[in-house]
Amino acid sequence: MSATAQTVSLRPGGRLRRRRIVNRIMECIGTGAALAAVGVLGLVVVSVTLRAWPALSWHFLTTPPALFGPPGGISSAIIGSALIVGMATGMALPVGVLGAVYLTEFATRRVAAVVQLCLDVLNGMPTIVTGIFVYGLLVIGHVQSAFAGAFALAIVMLPLVLRASQEVLLLVPQSLREASLALGVSRWRTTLGVVLPSSLGGILTGTVIAVARAAGETAPLLFTCSIFNPAVSTDVSHALPNIPVLIFTYSEQPDPVLHEQAWGAALVLMAFVLIASLAARMLLARSRRKLGQ
Amino acid sequence: MEAAPTTTSLRASRRRIGDRIGDLALRGLTLLAALAAVAALVAIVYKVFRLARPAISHFGLGFITGTTWDPVHKEFGALPFIYGTAISSLIALLIATPLAIAIALYLSELAPRGVRGVLGSLVETLAAIPSVVLGLWGILVLGPFLAHHFEPWAHDKLGFIPIFGAPVATGTGLFTAGLILAIMIVPIVASICRELFLAVPSDLEEGAFALGTTRWEMVRGVILPATRSGIAAAIILGLGRALGEAIAVTQVIGGGTKIVHNIFGPSDTLASKIAASYQGAASGLEASSLLYLAAILLVIGVLANLAAQIIVRRFDPLRGAR
Repeated sequence: MSATAQTVSLRPGGRLRRRRIVNRIMECIGTGAALAAVGVLGLVVVSVTLRAWPALSWHFLTTPPALFGPPGGISSAIIGSALIVGMATGMALPVGVLGAVYLTEFATRRVAAVVQLCLDVLNGMPTIVTGIFVYGLLVIGHVQSAFAGAFALAIVMLPLVLRASQEVLLLVPQSLREASLALGVSRWRTTLGVVLPSSLGGILTGTVIAVARAAGETAPLLFTCSIFNPAVSTDVSHALPNIPVLIFTYSEQPDPVLHEQAWGAALVLMAFVLIASLAARMLLARSRRKLGQ
Repeated sequence: MEAAPTTTSLRASRRRIGDRIGDLALRGLTLLAALAAVAALVAIVYKVFRLARPAISHFGLGFITGTTWDPVHKEFGALPFIYGTAISSLIALLIATPLAIAIALYLSELAPRGVRGVLGSLVETLAAIPSVVLGLWGILVLGPFLAHHFEPWAHDKLGFIPIFGAPVATGTGLFTAGLILAIMIVPIVASICRELFLAVPSDLEEGAFALGTTRWEMVRGVILPATRSGIAAAIILGLGRALGEAIAVTQVIGGGTKIVHNIFGPSDTLASKIAASYQGAASGLEASSLLYLAAILLVIGVLANLAAQIIVRRFDPLRGAR
């Protein structure tokens, strides 16, 4: 090579070298950006955990907020949040699943497109506007209530549940439906007995993701379920204490004791949300594999 | 058969009738559920405008260009909040867009197989952090950090540009809000872009490589042009999220009713102004002006989403086929 390579050099020359360097730089930027995103996630999780640590105890989880004296805990907010999100799921899940069945099994293309567009717009609706809507619908003239809060959260959850259900229903092989119909089974029995059961896993996953999202939503609750008595209560016709609003109001106060409580509540909320969404992700991978795509 | 129907055919026809009723019932029930979603959207638009009507008829469209928000003299205008919304979202997009595209390119083109799934889910997990937690972190950790380390430095070095004004001691302001919003929209834009990049036919990519391009040249020459409209839609979806975020922004933006040119200064967005006054407004006119803000936010949010959906549906054959 040394003797004859004077005409054809295999070493990258000026232009090629520049191209390679540019390529290298861009690759580094891509890698760096991905690491930065993971870094921010780590930073938030670690700093919430570190600051929440002093507040966290059994006492913190099992006593309601104290009005006077030493700080209490967040038990009533945990119960309130569970009730509100539970009710919201109860409203959004049946509507979402049935709506998805309509879109995948019955709707004509044109109708499906219109409904789909509405869902996408509803999904992008600022959640504070959803809160204002429910405030106007259920709170004006009445009082704030856990039910109103749950209704607002249900509107936020509906497009998520519906979209997720629709995606799994589309994954159910067409041949399964045809086989059932060919046996003389009617459409509705096929849908309820064959199609829905085989997509149950995916629907569950979508529901868990929607629950995780709803548990952390604050804006829909601000105008519907934010002025509450901190004691433990399960009366859904009144506003119940809940974790997101508690974190929000504490974070707006200058008192460091309340900040510590807010950190504690934030860790509880974040742990729930992250565990739920990780679990959903694993469930999803499993149910996708099962449907044999 | 007509004369004396056997029991089996009778049972069969009875079953057929039952099936027909079942089919109709299921069809009707599911149609109702699907219509509930449409009805929710229509009802939201109707109700919010209905609630805002006192302010709309009092101020008219001049509300949108009004620059004062003065509860004492009952004079209200939306421009400071529209400005705050625009600037904080702009900051968020300027930071988030290049980052998100770079992340998506890394995940779709560069990352080794094993890393891809793990890193991809971690980036999406970032989107799962509740906004109120991110806002708490923003007000107590990020804000003070920026106020002590970044903002004085930026003011010193770049202070000759008026937007880099004097920082606030608490670090709450437009810039902090933009940064928090960027953290919220990076995962959204990145995961949409990753799907887009993965959908580019590998024939095209291999063709480019066969012509001797480097990886970056292939990305610039093949992937980015092929997915341009999808990227635009992803950015608009991110913008829609940034415009509408109320809680985290309320926590870190500081609050203010004036148009400030200093990006480190306190301000308010449409959504954060509404959220900040949740404990009630002093006068009826103030309350209904807040609802007018909500109506403006609603219109902007719906328009942004419609724009994104139209771009996606028009240009993305993969999605249209579903």
